[in-house]
Amino acid sequence: MRYAFLCCHDEATINSWTKEQDDAVLAKRAKVTDKLAARGKLGPAVRLMPTTAATTVRMGREPVVLDGPFAETKEALLGFYLIDCDSLEEAIDIAQQIGRDENVVFEIRPVKLYLPKDEAS
Amino acid sequence: MTDVAWIDSLLRSARPQSVSALLRYFRDLDRAEEAFQEACLRALKAWPINGPPRDPVAWLILVGRNVGLDDVRRVRRIDPLPGDDQISELGDAEADIADRLDNSHYRDDLLRLLFICCHPDLPAVQQVALALRVVSGLSVKEIARAFLVSESAMEQRITRAKSRVARADIPFETPGAVERAERLGAVAAMLYLLFNEGYAASGGDQHVRAPLCDEAIRLARLLLGLFPGEPEIMGLTALMLLQHARTPARLDADGAIVLLEDQVRGLWNRDMIAEGLALIEKARRHRRPGPYQIQAAIAGVHAHAATAADTDWSEIDALYASLERLQPSPVVTLNRAVAVSKVQGPAAALAMIEPLAGPLSGYFHFFGVKGGLLMRLGRSDEARVAFDRAIALAHTPAEAAHIRLHLDRLIQDNQPA
Repeated sequence: MRYAFLCCHDEATINSWTKEQDDAVLAKRAKVTDKLAARGKLGPAVRLMPTTAATTVRMGREPVVLDGPFAETKEALLGFYLIDCDSLEEAIDIAQQIGRDENVVFEIRPVKLYLPKDEAS
Repeated sequence: MTDVAWIDSLLRSARPQSVSALLRYFRDLDRAEEAFQEACLRALKAWPINGPPRDPVAWLILVGRNVGLDDVRRVRRIDPLPGDDQISELGDAEADIADRLDNSHYRDDLLRLLFICCHPDLPAVQQVALALRVVSGLSVKEIARAFLVSESAMEQRITRAKSRVARADIPFETPGAVERAERLGAVAAMLYLLFNEGYAASGGDQHVRAPLCDEAIRLARLLLGLFPGEPEIMGLTALMLLQHARTPARLDADGAIVLLEDQVRGLWNRDMIAEGLALIEKARRHRRPGPYQIQAAIAGVHAHAATAADTDWSEIDALYASLERLQPSPVVTLNRAVAVSKVQGPAAALAMIEPLAGPLSGYFHFFGVKGGLLMRLGRSDEARVAFDRAIALAHTPAEAAHIRLHLDRLIQDNQPA
């Protein structure tokens, strides 16, 4: 069974880390994930940009585009796509095509770091 | 991370919002700061044992508020509140306050706290010092070191700035839309001052003080998180990220300035550039251009160029032209002249900056640019005069050393082969 691990953290705290603190946390994690990669168990890994870089597309009769992250508690996170887009405009357009005739909400967040499958960090 | 380190980083990140909410309760800056300080001391005792609370900001606000009320009551000799042991058992109270402290409260609280530091009577440096003390929680010693003044002098400045803002009587009601926009504008300017204090230090021997830039970016992200739909705050954050991305390449191993066109671009921080460009794209969708967005776009053009020769100077020229229309200033024209010199040559640029000689007579960069243009036109004697003037106006030894390099080159060129 494949599991998705969604990393949730206090963003204000992460943003106040120094580069050294940030590197130390990643190095600590790599001790675990590198072993998983060596055994072929690590899927793609992604680090996202801060939520301030996010745009949210709320589908419905009239799609609404909002600045900022998805902030509601009513809906649950049920899946995600990784899509290579030329621009934010294209990303918004793709979201509206995928979510046509649904009440889905997409939070579109640029990816800061992308590690393909089994690539050690 | 050790206990102390993680608690320290939690407290540091919780400070701006906690102090600004406590300010709303107590309507007194000193009392709000003291209450936060006391709450931190209790956190240092309680968190290593109980683990961090689910919402550290709400915990600190609640404990700080109780402590502060306790103090008020003690002064008035009213019955004391329950002891510490009960305060540390927050349980439902924490969840309750977290619910009530939604974004709309947080954002006006934080904006108010930042805005208090922007009092127009305070000189720019004092605004920044006050923000570093009150909002960021840096010690007077740290701020004094950043501004290269003695601790007692900085202490005095901050005390004076505080009593000035205390008299200013900034209203505590929720601001209206116009007032909120005005506050945002003043706060953005103050954050950019803070950034520039780190980016181009105004004195002393350190040309770049990166921690001040990091702090300005942290506060800008915090502000943007609370005002996610403001294109100028996106622009400001992007501008700072794109400029700060170049920091690792701005000085060489000896601490000498490396000009943008000579920088090793591989040293630029790609994460910051990517985030800055993403924010510019978001801002552009609003079709409400402003000075920060345009300046960010200019920094973005540089970030896009793989080498200095690839720079799209006519795009930069056009962007400066729109900045001139929006916010006319001799410094903007001077910057535009640099782009014009790349597109049309040094003569056109020189003609453009001639009228600036009056308003920029005390501006280091004016004489640096003028000298450079004259040098390219082969007018060495005039170039030397301009460079001498630039050295006299330099703020840091690195600036002076950089101009001296040009002078040395002029002297070498003029020697018979």
